[in-house]
Amino acid sequence: MTVTFFWIFGVIAIGSALLCITRRNPLNSALWLVVTLFALAALFVLLDAQFIAVLQVLVYAGAIMVLFLFVIMLLNLGRPGPSDIKGPVGLAIAVVLGGALLFLLRPLSQAALPTAIQLPAGTVAALQQQQGIVGAVAYPLFGAYLVPFEIVSVLLLAAIVGAVVLAKRKL
Amino acid sequence: MLLSPALAISAVLFVLGVAGVLFRRNAIVIFMCVELMLNAVNLTFVALAQSLGLGGQVFVFFVMAVAAAEAAVGLAIILAVYRHKQSVSLQNMNLLKDG
Repeated sequence: MTVTFFWIFGVIAIGSALLCITRRNPLNSALWLVVTLFALAALFVLLDAQFIAVLQVLVYAGAIMVLFLFVIMLLNLGRPGPSDIKGPVGLAIAVVLGGALLFLLRPLSQAALPTAIQLPAGTVAALQQQQGIVGAVAYPLFGAYLVPFEIVSVLLLAAIVGAVVLAKRKL
Repeated sequence: MLLSPALAISAVLFVLGVAGVLFRRNAIVIFMCVELMLNAVNLTFVALAQSLGLGGQVFVFFVMAVAAAEAAVGLAIILAVYRHKQSVSLQNMNLLKDG
């Protein structure tokens, strides 16, 4: 049952990603990308990462895509105009390089994890049961990963200041 | 076990993102394709977190923060370029090109 749903949402994600990169109108591309992000959130739920799924909907589908749509509409790019899709040469390069990359990544889906690095089955589920779904992510985040967390806060501050400086007409 | 399907789907999504970057000219669409690649990597992290420990889910959190920062700065750059060129097509961004 879970596997069936996993494949259904996986196919939705791949199909809407395909539509996202082939639509001429950037507005349509952005909306198809939102569908992909929602399907990915469903995949995260099926992979026992409920907190990450909620973050995906809030941060990606909510905040980042609204920013994209805002810029597209601010620059009035939704109107019909000349296509930005490259000609046959660019398309051929994309298909060949994409096919080559897919060929290289193909063993990934058949790879088995060495048992030496795997946790015993049920460890993660037990941890989530014991500390709660959010707690199981929060304890390592504010413990072992505290320094990266603080660095991310500095990065976000730099991004805010940088975005204001870049987008402002006159400081 | 959902590991193999998840890795297969994330590989396909990543390749679609790469192909989108290669055959589009609109800078905003290319940015969206980069977001698609980041999401494919997130799927890999979450899938592996199931058997390798919750560090993977913490890392997805960091990837999302970096993606948000990247989107904010990148879109600000696109706005600044649009103000100069009245276009977001990468064809018109050739300031560093010789001659």
